[in-house]
Parts: sequence; C-alpha cells; structure tokens
Amino acid sequence: MSVTKKHVAPRCRVVIFSILLALLAIIAPGEALQAQQNDAALQQALAGLNVRSFKDKTAAVVALGELGDARAVVALEALTEGRLYGRKSDQTVVIADRDDRIYKLTDPVSGAALGEAGSRDIKKIVANNKLRGIIRGVLGQLALSSSDPGLRLAAVENVIASPTDGSLALLKRARDRETDVGIRAKLETGIATLELGADDITLRRAAVSRLADGNDPEIKSLLERRLLKNSDGSFVEPDDALRAAVQDAVDDINDRLALFGLAEDLIFGISLGSVLLLAAIGLAITFGVMGVINMAHGEMIMLGAYTTFVVQEIFRATMPAEAFGFYLLASIPAAFVVAAAFGILIERGCIRFLYGRPLETLLATWGVSLILQQMVRSIFGANNREVANPDWISGAISIGGGVSVTVNRVYIVVFALVVVAALAAFIRYSRFGLQMRAVTQNRGMASSMGIRTGQVDALTFALGSGIAGVAGVALSQISNVSPNLGQNFIVDSFMVVVFGGVGSLWGTIVGAFGLGIVNKFLEPVSGAILGKVVVLVIIILFIQKRPRGLFALKGRAAEG
Amino acid sequence: MGPISRRLFALESRKGWAAIAVLMVVGLFVVPFLNLAVPEGSFFHISTFWVATLGKYLCFAILALALDLIWGYAGILSLGHGAFFGLGGYAMGMYMMRQIGDRSVYGNPDLPDFMVFLNWDSLPWYWFGFDQFWFAALMVVLVPGLLAFVFGWLAFRSRITGVYFSIISQAMVFAFMLAFFRNEMGFGGNNGLTDFKDILGFDLSRDTTKIGLYVVSAIALVLVYLICRAVVSSKLGRLLIAVRDAESRVRFLGYSVTNAKLFVFTLSAMLAGIAGALYVPQVGIINPGEFSPAKSIEMAIWVAVGGRGTLFGAIVGAFTVNGARTYFTGAAPEIWLFFLGALFILVTLVMPKGLVGVYRSIRSGEMRDAILRRIRRVDV
Repeated sequence: MSVTKKHVAPRCRVVIFSILLALLAIIAPGEALQAQQNDAALQQALAGLNVRSFKDKTAAVVALGELGDARAVVALEALTEGRLYGRKSDQTVVIADRDDRIYKLTDPVSGAALGEAGSRDIKKIVANNKLRGIIRGVLGQLALSSSDPGLRLAAVENVIASPTDGSLALLKRARDRETDVGIRAKLETGIATLELGADDITLRRAAVSRLADGNDPEIKSLLERRLLKNSDGSFVEPDDALRAAVQDAVDDINDRLALFGLAEDLIFGISLGSVLLLAAIGLAITFGVMGVINMAHGEMIMLGAYTTFVVQEIFRATMPAEAFGFYLLASIPAAFVVAAAFGILIERGCIRFLYGRPLETLLATWGVSLILQQMVRSIFGANNREVANPDWISGAISIGGGVSVTVNRVYIVVFALVVVAALAAFIRYSRFGLQMRAVTQNRGMASSMGIRTGQVDALTFALGSGIAGVAGVALSQISNVSPNLGQNFIVDSFMVVVFGGVGSLWGTIVGAFGLGIVNKFLEPVSGAILGKVVVLVIIILFIQKRPRGLFALKGRAAEG
Repeated sequence: MGPISRRLFALESRKGWAAIAVLMVVGLFVVPFLNLAVPEGSFFHISTFWVATLGKYLCFAILALALDLIWGYAGILSLGHGAFFGLGGYAMGMYMMRQIGDRSVYGNPDLPDFMVFLNWDSLPWYWFGFDQFWFAALMVVLVPGLLAFVFGWLAFRSRITGVYFSIISQAMVFAFMLAFFRNEMGFGGNNGLTDFKDILGFDLSRDTTKIGLYVVSAIALVLVYLICRAVVSSKLGRLLIAVRDAESRVRFLGYSVTNAKLFVFTLSAMLAGIAGALYVPQVGIINPGEFSPAKSIEMAIWVAVGGRGTLFGAIVGAFTVNGARTYFTGAAPEIWLFFLGALFILVTLVMPKGLVGVYRSIRSGEMRDAILRRIRRVDV
C-alpha cells in the first residue's frame, strides 16, 4: 500500500499543480485586464476635464466621482487649487508646479515626474466656484474608497448628510467592498435612509425595519418626515401598514433616545457634582468642622489654579517637551502647599482673633478675598491665563445616541472621589485627624488633655485651604483661570455645604452630586441660568424642612 | 406741644436734634447754594458732579440705615440687601423707561428699545401701571417689602439665624442677579434699564433736576433716619436688642421673635427699596450688577466702619467708605480693592464698634485708659 501511495502522490501533485496553473492563467490576465480597464477609464475621465466649457468639465468631474477611484482625488484637488494643466503637445492632463520660470510636471494618477515645460507648452484648466462646489461633493464621495477607515467613515457621514441622485448607488458600491464592520453598518443605515424614499414597497419596508433599531436623532427625524402629509393632502408614505411600522420605529427610537438623554443628564450632573464637590470639600472642613465662614475660600481655589499655571510655565521653560504633560501631577502638591500656606497666614493673622464671632469672621475673610484677588490681578494681570490640557486628559469618549463626555471631566470625577476618600481616611485614622475631631467636639476638654488647640486650628484651616488649592488644579482644566475664578464658586460651594449638612463629609458628597444632578436635570426644562435660580430657590425651601441640612449632626456635636 | 410732636421730639437728645439741624442746613441749603449761586471757578463752588455724587452717597446712607436697623439692632446680617435696593431701583427705572415713550431709538411709544429688539409686540403684564408715577412709587416699597416678607417668613419661621441667614440671603441676591441677566425676564438683561429722559416731567440732564434729586434724597435720609430712630427707641426696638443678644431667652419669655424680626426685616427692605429708587435717576442706569453678592457684602462694611447699632454710624460709614471709593478709583484704582479688603479686616479686628465707637471711647476717656493699661503692662 505504501508503495502505491508513493506512486500516486507525485501524479496527484502534478494534477493539482497544473490545475492551479490553469486557474492562474485565467485569473491573472483577468486582474491585469481589470486594472488596465480601470486605468483607461480614469485616464479617459481625466482627459474630459481638459475642455473649455464648464458644463463639460462638470460632467467630467461627476464621472470621476462615479468611477469611485480614489486616485482621482489628487487631480481634483489640484484642479481646485489651480495646479491642473493640459499639455498642449498631447492634450494629457498634468499637474504643474511653477518653479521660477518653468513648470515641473507630474502625472496626476501615478505621481511620476513628467519633466519640465515652459508656460507656453501648457494651459491651465480653470475652475469656477460652482465647479469647486461640485468638486467638494465629489471629493467627499471619493473619500468613500479611501484606505484610511477614519476618512471613509467621515465620507459616509457626509454622503448621508447631503445625499444626491447618485448617492444610493455610490453607497451600495461602497458597502460591497467595505471590510470594516462599523463602517459597513453605517453604510447600511445610510442605504436604508435613502431607500426610505424608494418606489418599491419591499425596499421601503426593509429600510424601515433596518432603521428601527438605531438611536440617531437624525434618523428619527428622517422617519418622522415619512409620517407627514404632502401639500396635496396625501401621505408621504402611501402604504398604511408601513406607516404604522414607521410610527412604531419612531416610538422605539424615541424611547431609546429618552434613555440616552437621561444618561446624558446623569453623566453631566455627576460631572458638575464632582466640580462642586471639589470646590466645597475644603469648605466642609473650615465651615463644617471649625465653624469658620471663610469667604476667601474661593480665592484659595483661585490660588491653586494660578499655581498650576506657574508650574506649567516652569515645566515649559525647563523640562523637555515629553515631560510637559506631567506638569499637572506636579502642580497638585504645589497647589496644596501654596494654598495651605496662605491658609495658615489667614488663620494666624486674622481668623484666630475672631473665633466665636462668625459674622465678623465672614466680613474679615471677605476682606482677605478682595486683597487676594487684587494681588493676583496685580501680579498676573486681569486677563484669563491659559492652562493647557495635557495630552493624556484630552479628547472625548462617545457613549452613543449623540452623547459624549470629555476625558478631563471623567478624570475630575475620579479625582474628586479620590480626594474625598483620602481626606475621610486622614480625618478618621491619622493622629492629627483625631485631634481635629477632639477640638471640634469639645475645645476645653481637648485643651486640658494636652492638645494644642491653636495649632490644631491653624493646621485644620491649612488642610481645608490646601484642598481648595488642589480643587483649583482640577478647575484650571475646565474653566478660565482668572482672578474672579473663586467668586464663581463661593455661593455654590456654600450651598452644597448648607444643603448637605454642616460638619458632615457624607453630606457634602451627597449635597454636591445631588445639586449637580438636579441642576443638569432642570437645565433642559428651564434653561441653564433659570435652572440655577430654581436650584437656589429649592435649597432655600429645603432648609425650611431641614434647617441643619441633609445629614444633620445629632446630639452634642450639634450644639455650639 | 401735642403728644405726637412730643414723641417726635423725644426721638433724639437735644444735641442730636442740634446735629440734625446743622446737617440739614448744610445739606439742604449750603450745598445747593454753593452750587447754584457761587460762580464757577470760585474756591467755594461745588460742581454739579459733586452734588450728584453727594446725592448718590445719600442714597447709600439710606441703604446703610436700613441695614443697620436689622444688623445693629436685631442681629440679622443680611448679605442680600442689594436685592431690595435693586428691586426698588428697577421699579423706578421701569417708570422712567415708560416716560421715554417714542423718544427712544426705535421710537416705539409703548415698548422700551430692548423689547423691540427682542421682537416683542406687547408689554409683559408686570410692566403695566409703570407709566404712572404713583404706581411705580408704590411698587418701590411694595415689591421689596413683599419679597422680604416671604423670604423672612420662610427664614425666621424655621429659625435660620446668624451666618446661615447671611449665606441664604447671599444666595437669594445671587439668584436675582442670574435671573435679571436673562433677556427673557423683560428687564433689559445685561444692559439693564438706561437712557432715561425725564422724571415727573423734569429733564434728567438738567442741573436743576440733579440738585432737586439731591435735595429729595437728603430729605428722605432725614425721614428714614427718624423712622429708624422711632423703631429702635420703641418697645419693639428694645425687644429687637434683646433678640440680638439672647434670642432663645426672648422666645422662652413668650415674645414672638419671628414676628418682631419679620417686621423689622420687611421695613428694612422697604427702606432699601426707597434708596434704590432715589439712586437710579441720579446715576441714570440700573442693571443686574446691583444684584452682585459683592455689592451686598460691601454694604455691611459701610455699617461696620461707621459703627453698627448706632444708626448715625451707618450714615457716617456710608459716606466714609464711598468717599474713599470715589477718591481711590480716581487716584489709584488698583489700590482700591487692597484698601477695601484691609478695611474689612481692620474694622472687624481693631475697631468692632466702628468710627462712632472710636469717637465715643475717646470722648469718655476709655481710649486713654486702655492705652495707659497697655503701656503699664508693657512696663511690667
């Protein structure tokens, strides 16, 4: 058996080989032929550009677009830029770039150099604005066959956004050769939107059922247009059953969009909440724990933001470009230290004389805030300072349904939670945190147990101020760094603390996110500014029911 | 003397009445005389600009009195009095806006320019009646009074006191600022109300009208001062002082702290509204900037600088701080905020009783004693 096998095998191999050869012989010339035909068609279409009448030129441009060959892009772009010429000797279309007196010619298809020519040897192919407009459309179509998936996707969106007569065929052709799943789905959707208006009811039906599971607001409005009546009173969509299906599809999409809208409000609310939390958490310490009304709290945030600016400038001046992105990390401790130092200064120089006189503290710290604002204005100028977003927190994440979140917002949410967690742990577990709580609960007793209450006061205030400075680092990434930065947050952060309950970190967290989300949910109903007004009114009414906030301290801690 | 005039006379000491008389003579006769009768270029001439500026200060003084009434006597530090001042100003501004009639840029006899600009075709309902002066004058006190009544009722009923009240009132004025910045509110949005032509038929651009407004403001200040004095020297006034010093105790004694506070807060808001109404024709504009929280806090420092709980100190403070502002914003604008900030700190730390307190302790010799004590302690 093994012998026969040995004999058969070579023969088999020969057979297979010859079949393959035969196949190759059939296919290879075929492919080459196809390419030749393509080239010929392209050259012919290009040659059509080299005519006098704009009508013929337009026809040529459209033909190039329908050919769908991406190699025509170079020629068309050259035409809009006025670099496309016809060579007088053989009437071929060339790209000519002027180099002093002579023109350097290149082939628009292959890109090969075609030597040089004088200005008399070639004639410019002129484009007018109308033609340029058409070329722009055609370029968009041609991008459908680009090799870059990003460009292709953009092209698909372009074609769907402003369809023309040939668009359907174009999209179908693009779909047939598309390999990327995402773009293919997009193409299918695009084809379906165009087929919505087809004469064939089966096509329309298929299109509706295909579009029903999307979540794009534009598709929804397309479908809704099918439900309208024409000017003569007949329905745009004549078939009753199909119209009902369209209605169902619209309802489905509406439901999904509502869900996405809800998600969007929630996400933006959380984002705003995290900003409020960062702004208010330092206040929760100075106001909540120490009972000190620090109207200069906003200015601590501002100092943090300006520290970020300074650190950024230092990095720009001294560090290599690759390290620049890390300036933000370096500015976190820097901002903490700067703001904390100012905090100690304010506490020792002013607030400690005013313990037990909250109204006077309020006024004195307001004075401090005015001085700090003017100081920063004198040093850095009154204009906004540019603080760059490092690469690693730039960009946006798309969630779908037209909702996207910028990356820096996501970082700020995480950052806010980390700061609060670190602070809570610090107060709960560190020795200083223990002393702080002791002084808060019973100053006299703490003092007689040997705690230096004055020092604890100063450090607590420094801690609250330092955290405000750290908040400034985060805020510098999303808002303008100006001397007024702090003013924008002072009322909001007081509201958060009052709403959440004085002296409770939990209250501050819940208060911040609660207010942030409520604010964002109100915005679509009443507009951004009125939403804020409504929130303020709600807080004022809320305090009626719970004068000490959501998380009121109970028992002894509540007194005093 | 009848009982009423006797009670009126009892409002002030003999010296107090003398001081009021002297100030009234200076304010009502000497200043207009120096402006109108003394030729320009003379050393004694007071320019119309300065008369108008003094008129502005008089309005601020009324506002400071309103604030001192509640802060100095009832212990309520409102950081939202700009809201009442601004509402009074807007009410007067709306009246003057209607008086412009077809002299506006767009020439619409019924609609102010900004409404034409917004393509509105009729007045919003809350603008009706403001073409009548009596109605506008009524609104000047009623609107702030009503707001203060509702806000105060909500706040005092749930016993929001001290800094909580301050913060909430600040939030209120902040909300007003945000709301009035909106064009759709129908109050001119960002630009507010301006380009007034005349008031009660008097041309606002004429010097005599300016001096007339100044005189009216001066008389209003005296009247408001007497009203405040009447309140604080009444039984209610003593109750308010008791509330300021020991609120719970007064409550437990059976008094209605809420009603007492509510009354004085509402009154104060009405007075602030009058101040705003007098202020707007003199400066010729009212915009949402008047609602900014910073302005409302600054009012507190006028009272503190002068000395709270004295009424007279509020007037002194308003003139001092605003005089300093006029000087600094002209001479060295970048110093002004440093100065104002330092003023906030120094007044609270060093002279909690304000200028009046300093004056009194100098008069009584307390100051000398305190300094001597300090020196002796250092010597030991």
